[in-house]
Amino acid sequence: MRYLPLNEDDRAAMLARIGVSSIDDLFADIPAKARLDGLIEGLPPHASEMAVERHFTDLSRQSLSAGDAPFFCGGGAYRHHVPASVDHLIQRSEFLTAYTPYQPEIAQGTLQTLFEFQTQVAQLTGMDVANASLYDGSTATAEAVHMAARITRRRKCVLAPGLHPHYAQTVQTAVQGETMDMQVMTPAMGADAGVVDALDDQTACIVVQSPNVFGELVDLEPLAKAAHAVGALLIAVTTEVVALGLVKSPGEMGADIVAAEGQSIGNGLSFGGPYVGLLACRNDRKFIRQAPGRFAGETVDEAGKRGYVLTLSTREQHIRREKATSNICTNSGLCTLAFSIHLALLGEVGLRKLAALNHARACVLADRLDALDGVQVLNQSFFNEFAVRVQGNASQIVEDMAKAGVLGGIPAARLFGTGKFDDVLIIAVTETNRDEDFDALVATLAEAL
Amino acid sequence: MAMNSTGRPTAPTGDGLCPDDLKTFSGSRGLMQQEPLLHEVGAPEKCGVDLPDVPEHTARLGGLERDKTIGLPGLSEPEAMRHYVRLSQRNYAIDLGLYPLGSCTMKHNPRLNEKLARLPGFADVHPLQPQSTVQGALGLMAELSDWLVAITGMDAVALPPKAGAHGEWCGMMCIRAAIEERGELDTRRRVLVPESAHGTNPATAAACGFEIDELPADATGRVDMEILRTKIGPDVAAIMLTNPNTGGLFERDIREIADLVHEAGGYFYCDGANLNAIMGKTRVRDLGVDAMHINLHKTFSTPHGGGGPGAGPVVLSKRLSNYAPLPYLVRNGDGWALIEEATQSEAKPFGRMSAFHGQMGMFVRALAYMMSHGADGLRQVSEDAVLNANYLLARLSEEMSPAFDGVCMHEALFDDAFLKDTGVTTLDFAKAMIDEGYHPMTMYFPLIVHGAMLIEPTETESKESLDRFADSLLLLAKMAKSGDTARFTAAPALAPLRRLDETRAARTPVLRWKATDA
Amino acid sequence: MSKLYYTEDHEWLSVDGDTATVGISTYAAGQLGDVVFVELPEVGKTVKKGEDIAVVESVKSASEIYAPVSGQITAANAALEDAPETVNEDAQGAGWFFKMTISDAAELSGLMDEAAYAEFTKE
Repeated sequence: MRYLPLNEDDRAAMLARIGVSSIDDLFADIPAKARLDGLIEGLPPHASEMAVERHFTDLSRQSLSAGDAPFFCGGGAYRHHVPASVDHLIQRSEFLTAYTPYQPEIAQGTLQTLFEFQTQVAQLTGMDVANASLYDGSTATAEAVHMAARITRRRKCVLAPGLHPHYAQTVQTAVQGETMDMQVMTPAMGADAGVVDALDDQTACIVVQSPNVFGELVDLEPLAKAAHAVGALLIAVTTEVVALGLVKSPGEMGADIVAAEGQSIGNGLSFGGPYVGLLACRNDRKFIRQAPGRFAGETVDEAGKRGYVLTLSTREQHIRREKATSNICTNSGLCTLAFSIHLALLGEVGLRKLAALNHARACVLADRLDALDGVQVLNQSFFNEFAVRVQGNASQIVEDMAKAGVLGGIPAARLFGTGKFDDVLIIAVTETNRDEDFDALVATLAEAL
Repeated sequence: MAMNSTGRPTAPTGDGLCPDDLKTFSGSRGLMQQEPLLHEVGAPEKCGVDLPDVPEHTARLGGLERDKTIGLPGLSEPEAMRHYVRLSQRNYAIDLGLYPLGSCTMKHNPRLNEKLARLPGFADVHPLQPQSTVQGALGLMAELSDWLVAITGMDAVALPPKAGAHGEWCGMMCIRAAIEERGELDTRRRVLVPESAHGTNPATAAACGFEIDELPADATGRVDMEILRTKIGPDVAAIMLTNPNTGGLFERDIREIADLVHEAGGYFYCDGANLNAIMGKTRVRDLGVDAMHINLHKTFSTPHGGGGPGAGPVVLSKRLSNYAPLPYLVRNGDGWALIEEATQSEAKPFGRMSAFHGQMGMFVRALAYMMSHGADGLRQVSEDAVLNANYLLARLSEEMSPAFDGVCMHEALFDDAFLKDTGVTTLDFAKAMIDEGYHPMTMYFPLIVHGAMLIEPTETESKESLDRFADSLLLLAKMAKSGDTARFTAAPALAPLRRLDETRAARTPVLRWKATDA
Repeated sequence: MSKLYYTEDHEWLSVDGDTATVGISTYAAGQLGDVVFVELPEVGKTVKKGEDIAVVESVKSASEIYAPVSGQITAANAALEDAPETVNEDAQGAGWFFKMTISDAAELSGLMDEAAYAEFTKE
């Protein structure tokens, strides 16, 4: 076995040193009835690197990967180009095979990059501070709702009509253990401003996504004002953070907490995970103390040199146990590093250009689709994703396009269930889409209608 | 002769001495390069990415264009490489040396798995592509499920949980759903949690709305059965038990514990953090477990990545299988389909845990690990992990004080009795290990032991490596007992930084860089 | 003249008539390590003996502060929010946590005096 360094001589010598006669003596505490004498049933024996690689390569070929097709899927996960240096750097042993930085003297690499990540996220979202990541955007949204309820000591939460339905379901599932009054507004295009009507003096928070699940941009400012007027908080959700290079940040518009999916910077599609949840908030002691997850903070060492440590840990489960702000322990460490490196390579100039490019390409495609018979762009505004009404069943059309080798977007029914928006298709465009991809989409869509 | 005058001394001429505290002008120290913050070395106008020109278009941003700068620093690619390579060199890592963090299972991370996770059929597929186009990815999830079910003997597996704590929550929510269906949610309120448990256990039970009742340990470090019997009753929803427990001990009475809880109508949640000790030696099913999460980033070697990402699939007994969360995988003719909506489901999923289907990148790595080992290798993994831990327990007991008598499973627990009256604390001892080139063990956990030191070497350490480690620790222990405290209280002296002021970090939190600081 | 009492949870009460000033003992402050945060009770709140009403945190620990007797909170030491180190520096003086009225003086009878507390913490 290539991963196991002990040989039979070692094992014999070690058993002798321990003072037992066989390895099974070390497993004597397992109840006799539950002991497994032979090998695990139904599993093959160990396999060579070559054999394993062959098996996985065969499996991989059974999927149509995004890079092999004109590709227009978004809906909370976006395909952007990630520079080669990002993947190289995150595979450095010192980043890849390190644990949570509980011994700061020998974990400054991880800690400093987390501190840099927190700063980048705070800047991008227009907030004061950010934590060191959560699992993904949807779980970050659920944590933000818990956080808002603790801060306001209120129990009512309103989910806006444009919130990704999987995010809404994640939040609803996450609050089952407590007495929250969840108001999930009926999904609809352009209806996000309606959350104001649901506000009252019992409302802990409203959760509003922009760009929303249909791609529509939402002006958060009036919503923030209305929420604050009754003592409620605005949680702003973003599933495509590249948008923040071009549109006003949620912080500028008055958000109190931002929960976002960071996948589209530095991280691939990976069939849904691992991704990276961003959580940012105001620099208010009450907020920070109620925040979930880890924070890296600046300090000095015994000799006065600047360094970083995990801090404010009394919020966390390993100290606070059942009174912790969250049960989270493992986060998205390596994905935060990929995010941070990609964003460092882009910088201000690069991110703004990338965002402008995404938007411009999306505008070009939207105009081309709108000109097709039987297709109508539904959005008033958008960043790089928009919804179109098609003549016919969007799910069937997407299947037909896939047969023609085009991954032409996400039928809204995949997100909302059938019966709602059956004729709506959600299309995302990024810098990776070429003119030829647009031609292929337009042609196969026209064909499938 | 034709004298070539380029000769120079090629053997050292000094006396071998060097100033104790040599100050350098650059701040760097040889290979240890000084590296400021990204925000100090980068600049907004710098960029390490070339992008095509933006085509003509009429903006459709609804008047929400950003009008303020973000202030993000940029770096060219060579500058970025330096920044991150320099920072990486300030980290300890498994690839650098023994990483004996108890309960964390810091084993070797095979690079084949990294390569396979990057195959386009796994890494470059979208979670919401038509299911007909992702049969390879779904097939991989099905294979992973089969392996996890075979190893544990359980009836079903839920793949969505994104880490161990998320898995605990998944399992406990299944239990909650089962209790709710029985109409007992108002009366079954109590979850029994041993005081030696990970903090995530009580935090999870609380997140599910249960009340936590702590179980003390007996003198052997296991659940105190006398007290357990007094606490069992019709209001018990579940017991959350880590097995082997956080003291590195197998809960001998586990079957009786399961029976007691089941007879009272409750469920047995097992924290699977320590599965690495028992794979192929027993099946979780045969221990009476109803739900258990499996940390793929521990037992199945997906890299820890400085704190994540992980993955925490949950195996379920027949009594709980029906409540597994969305989405889940079903057979569809020759292929596979994902059930994503409750309305498509014949079961009673408790809900949805996150936007998509789970940690695909971790699934690929974990399955590659399992196939590489096979049935024989996985059993050998547990045997070697337990052998290595017991070997260290035997060797270190010469100078250090084991917390409990007898053999251990995959990790060895010591207390600080051997440091009594030396003036050296567990923390000092751990920091001195850093100077010896080792990552410290888990310290001050579990809470049931004074000054705990929990050592988990894993199966991927050679005997030579264990011997070197034991030699160093034994010498340190002797030194502490001989009164050489300065070496400990000043440690680490040889790490990139000395001990850090955590009080200052917590009293006046600085959680981000700010321009005004520059 | 005020009278000093201690609880088994290492809190002190300085009782003056029907009001008490409450904090944690010098011994406890030493055991906690560097105090980095104090969460104080709401002024005006009515509390029952034994109820957890405040929190004191060091870097690696969080401890609940219980109401030593029943009554109503009349003042909280807001200075601790910005200077938690006061708890370490002067636990039984400037490091007080809150003041309260005592609704049932009989509850004081179960508490320790200085000498009994010194004995209690001896081991």
